[in-house]
Amino acid sequence: MRRLTGFNVISLTLGFAFLYLPMIILITYSFNSSKLVTVWAGFSTKWYGELLQNEAFLDAAWVTVQVAVVSSTIATVLGTMAALVLVRAGRFPGRTLFSGMIYAPLVMPEVITGLSLLLLFIGIGLDRGIFTIILAHTTFSMCFVSVVVSSRLMTFDESLEEAALDLGCSSFQAFRLVTLPIIAPAVISGWLLAFTLSLDDLVIASFTAGPSSTTLPIKIWSSIRLGVSPEINALSTIMIAIVAVGVITASLITKRASLRQQADERAAVRA
Amino acid sequence: MRRFVLIALPYAWLLALFLVPFIIVLKISLSDIKLAIPPYTPTLDFTEGWTGIKAFFSALDFENFTFLTTDDLYWKAYVSSLKIAFIATALTLFVGYPIAYGMANAPDHWRPTLMMLVILPFWTSFLIRVYSWMGILSTEGYLNQFLLGLGLMSEPLTILNTPTAVYIGIVYTYLPFMILPIYSALERMDASLLEAAEDLGCSRLKAFWLITVPLSKTGIIAGCFLVFIPTIGEFVIPSLLGGSRTLMIGKVLWEEFFNNRDWPVAGAVAVVLLLILIVPIVLFQRNEQKQRELEG
Amino acid sequence: MSQTVFEPWNDPQAKPLIQFKNVTKRFGDFTAIDNQTFDIYEKEFFALLGPSGCGKTTMMRMLAGFEAPTEGTILLAGQDIAPIPPNKRAVNMMFQSYALFPHLSIWENIAFGLKRDGKSKDEIAARVAEMLKLTRLERFANRKPHQISGGQRQRVALARSLAKAPKLLLLDEPLGALDAKLRQDTQFELMDIQETTGTTFVIVTHDQEEAMTVASRVAVMDDGKIVQADTPARIYEMPNSVYVADFIGEVTIISGTARRGDGAYEVSFAEGQPTLFAESDTEFANGQECHLAIRPEKVSITAEKPSDRRNALEGSILDIAYLGNLSTYHVELAGGQIVKAQTANTRRLSRRDFTWEDRVWLSWTDTAGILLKG
Repeated sequence: MRRLTGFNVISLTLGFAFLYLPMIILITYSFNSSKLVTVWAGFSTKWYGELLQNEAFLDAAWVTVQVAVVSSTIATVLGTMAALVLVRAGRFPGRTLFSGMIYAPLVMPEVITGLSLLLLFIGIGLDRGIFTIILAHTTFSMCFVSVVVSSRLMTFDESLEEAALDLGCSSFQAFRLVTLPIIAPAVISGWLLAFTLSLDDLVIASFTAGPSSTTLPIKIWSSIRLGVSPEINALSTIMIAIVAVGVITASLITKRASLRQQADERAAVRA
Repeated sequence: MRRFVLIALPYAWLLALFLVPFIIVLKISLSDIKLAIPPYTPTLDFTEGWTGIKAFFSALDFENFTFLTTDDLYWKAYVSSLKIAFIATALTLFVGYPIAYGMANAPDHWRPTLMMLVILPFWTSFLIRVYSWMGILSTEGYLNQFLLGLGLMSEPLTILNTPTAVYIGIVYTYLPFMILPIYSALERMDASLLEAAEDLGCSRLKAFWLITVPLSKTGIIAGCFLVFIPTIGEFVIPSLLGGSRTLMIGKVLWEEFFNNRDWPVAGAVAVVLLLILIVPIVLFQRNEQKQRELEG
Repeated sequence: MSQTVFEPWNDPQAKPLIQFKNVTKRFGDFTAIDNQTFDIYEKEFFALLGPSGCGKTTMMRMLAGFEAPTEGTILLAGQDIAPIPPNKRAVNMMFQSYALFPHLSIWENIAFGLKRDGKSKDEIAARVAEMLKLTRLERFANRKPHQISGGQRQRVALARSLAKAPKLLLLDEPLGALDAKLRQDTQFELMDIQETTGTTFVIVTHDQEEAMTVASRVAVMDDGKIVQADTPARIYEMPNSVYVADFIGEVTIISGTARRGDGAYEVSFAEGQPTLFAESDTEFANGQECHLAIRPEKVSITAEKPSDRRNALEGSILDIAYLGNLSTYHVELAGGQIVKAQTANTRRLSRRDFTWEDRVWLSWTDTAGILLKG
């Protein structure tokens, strides 16, 4: 039997306090009415109001969302293809280089990825802007997508696809009707990962963004370099809330699905 | 044909946007700085044909790499990055292991929730998580207010803009990367092994040391590399929390590029950083492979 | 049982449905199938039997189209199937893992192949209903695969692969995932369905009892080769090699040298042991090495030396395996050779004739054993 000891309880409590206290403080002080961020002067939502008035932040947020949606979608398509190549294609000339290029960006320091892409864009005379950020984000997030999807594909029972072929599917039909619906959860989480990475990225965007295409992290960066500000606290709170709602909903959905499946399986045993 | 397209499309994308840019970095690191746009020489000029290519290659040299060894800023930055990454990894392990261990011992119906609580910060913005410590650690920050308020000390502590703040920031942001692999190793462990060890005369502490720790070794190693590798090139944490006194190579590269506009030297810094990273990356890959073989 | 016996392989006029002609399959340096030529006839229930790694699954995958022969040709109804991709072959397969599509209902699983053929809605519904009835799954049509039991999943897999009315159905270890009791019932069900539909079945299995029960012919495979392909009875009673004799059922192998005698061969196998006699259609030279294979149930065990049989050996009982209906005695001869003898337990246990370390006589007739070269 596993047992939860006093030591376990203490380390879990302290650990999660460490993980969550900073965010709780940040959220609390976003409702502080004082301009002095470290002095509590009463509850107020005025910083949220000011934030919504701030054109520069809203523009940056819009750029960020555009970049994230487009780049994560392309990255999901390319990353899923790359995962299929890694898991299914067998040997082909240049396979080692291919898998190297898939895994390298995962461990490549962002400063290097950013620097090298910037030098490429300058070298071929591409004007920097939303387009170049999308190219950059797609490149590194497709690698994350392909890792997520390929780990699902590795446990995928290939006889399912063979069964589809056996029953008369073309190989594309077999992929569309059988493989894709089954690996869909992995593809979706790959997309979400790519989307979050893109939303979150400061370093690569700083290298590849032009003057007209500031993303939200770049905007936040330039303002927090000067110190803590109540507006940023409010912005952070909104971002944390969005993520929390998303993650909690997703985990409730998967939990309910797995509970239902367990119940079904129990019913099947009795039937 | 279909297989060709499947391979060719992602392959071409990665070649064009990953490999080619990297070759450009390598090439620029061998060039010389020049006050022009682009600010380096030579540039490859195909209009002059073979002589142009020959002239191009003869103008490349290792001058920038020699420069890195002569100016002690760079090697100090490399050493300091390695040192900070090493200490921060050890601290993260120290903080993360008890949490992972507690999660593995928790009742079954708690685990999904605990798991979600570990993953949740990972989905929230990195920048914001680092930023949240600025308000806590500054001289007038919440931590100092709290400690002064308790009357534990009379002078505020200086934590922000010191290496301590950098360590706190790294442990905080990279903690999930340490917890998750250790937790998955511990969770896989058969609990009856500990009962067997106790049955054979081990004390519980001894059983932990002789059974649990060795069996979670692959998780520990994976977690350590997952923290160590990205920390070496870290830029955001030292810039926000470390102040001017914390030297890390990611920050040096950024400044070389944006502030000094010395692209060739920035290129050389990047190339050397990658060379340093190869060792831990290869070791990490080997650990992963060993684990896959163990799992069958 | 008045109709003629189903033995197309003995009829020179019969046209085989499947012909393997010098088929070899290599994976890199490994030869999975080694130059095999054999035929399978229409309406046969043909079993490929062998240990794992013997090449039986490769054989089946070549029929399904998932592997291509390295050399040689496979003909289906006289036509080379090499250029036909798996999705165009009139061959369907039931997978070992069943490979039921987890995101589709039982009904949709069975309809899957029919939809690919572009059949009309009514046709599909009628055919699926027919298949559900055949496999007694009507009640489960709307469930998902994970909502039914293992035995039901097995029937869904069967229904799905039969729905397109293939000329040939391949079954890869179809009963491997079922427990012993269910497996027996399902074996008979499979035979019924095969007979009702008149489809040719090729089954791959490592379970000899299963192969013997269901198949019209069994092909015993070893190391990429079919060692013997024949009816279950002939495989059991007339194995052509020590490998087959040993693989199917229990057997005692006594190795010695043969000498031509009057009507039967004389086999001498150990110092101080009497000569054994065995009739054989296979020719042996004098002094040639030979192996006498004898099934335990053909060996009688008595307290006194029998007077009516030439083959009689004395030994002591080493082990008794009590199987409920039968008991198998392991008898050790002087010199160490162990011979198995089996008796039906017609009496209660307490009145058993023999016990451990008893001296007993084993005997059998000249025709009971079979003499093999290797």
